[in-house]
Amino acid sequence: MKARILIVDDEQEFVLALSERLTIRDYDVTTSFSGDDAIEKVSHYSFDVVILDVLMPVRDGIEVLREIKRIKPLTEVIMLTGNATVETAIEGMKLGANDYLMKPCETEELVRKLDSAFKKKTEHEERIWAARAKEIISSPRTALKH
Amino acid sequence: MKYDWDTIGEDGLHFFGTVSASISHEIKNVLAILNENAGLMEDLVSMAEKGISLNNERLKSIAVSMKKQIQRGDLIAKNMNRFAHSVDDFLITVDVSETLELVVSLSGRSADMRGVRLNPQYIPRKICISTHPFFLETLLWRCLNVAITFSGKEKTVGIMIEEMGKGARVSFSGLNNLSALLPDEFPSKRENALRDALCADIGMDVTCGQIWVNLPEKIGA
Repeated sequence: MKARILIVDDEQEFVLALSERLTIRDYDVTTSFSGDDAIEKVSHYSFDVVILDVLMPVRDGIEVLREIKRIKPLTEVIMLTGNATVETAIEGMKLGANDYLMKPCETEELVRKLDSAFKKKTEHEERIWAARAKEIISSPRTALKH
Repeated sequence: MKYDWDTIGEDGLHFFGTVSASISHEIKNVLAILNENAGLMEDLVSMAEKGISLNNERLKSIAVSMKKQIQRGDLIAKNMNRFAHSVDDFLITVDVSETLELVVSLSGRSADMRGVRLNPQYIPRKICISTHPFFLETLLWRCLNVAITFSGKEKTVGIMIEEMGKGARVSFSGLNNLSALLPDEFPSKRENALRDALCADIGMDVTCGQIWVNLPEKIGA
């Protein structure tokens, strides 16, 4: 199954080039150039991993991360940061981001972190399904609840 | 003129640090775009080596994008260089228009981050004054920062420069939220210290949504 990735950064040329590179590597990629647009997309679609810039106009990465975790808590987030915003990226990890990367980033490292985040999400979802299945088996009436 | 060195010094360092951090962030963005585009070219060449035909138009567009980023990086470096050299001379004749243009460029990202559009109107002729260039930049930057913060719902700041006698006036308009300023918030101790060092005047009209700085032709004039 292709990992569904959302790239969020106000630098459009960066997003478009990275999007193309990840598509070549067989990821299913969507792009967003603002925090508001990213939140709108996360509300309506399912993504496995969001690559999220820390410093963006109007709505910054931390605010967007909080919203993503509120709307779709299982979605994994990788923060993208410049030098001065490493601390913010670490703050993001305390708020539930999976990892962070410094710009400019090595593609191999990005792919490694993407795959790791996707694996974590998939495994977490499988555990949820397994728990739900166990609940239904042990008490068939609970199937009516869902 | 009088110098409150403690306040000016602390403020100057803050200005220097904030601008330097902003410049470094912009440079990182330029490098990130160049990095991805270079990587994309590598990917396309790898694909060509595996038999997938190379799209010449795509390669051209990547090259155009890279050139655009190089020009952007060059402008950032130019501004950084001008900014760095503004401390070369303590007292010198400067073109206020050029100084204002530099400050507006250096503040561009800060305005973007807050969703505010800067609308400068420069004049084609020079307005030269004898002043402290770094203190002048600091004061204009502080005033522009206040203008961005209190721009109001329209989120647009008009910036104008005009001759005032033999000196200059720089004004910031469209500040519809100036009434939200707290007492002593502007001009604060920091702006006043710079005003005194530059023998300048700072004014504000809450009703018209405007703040301005009057600069003399010569310090001590």
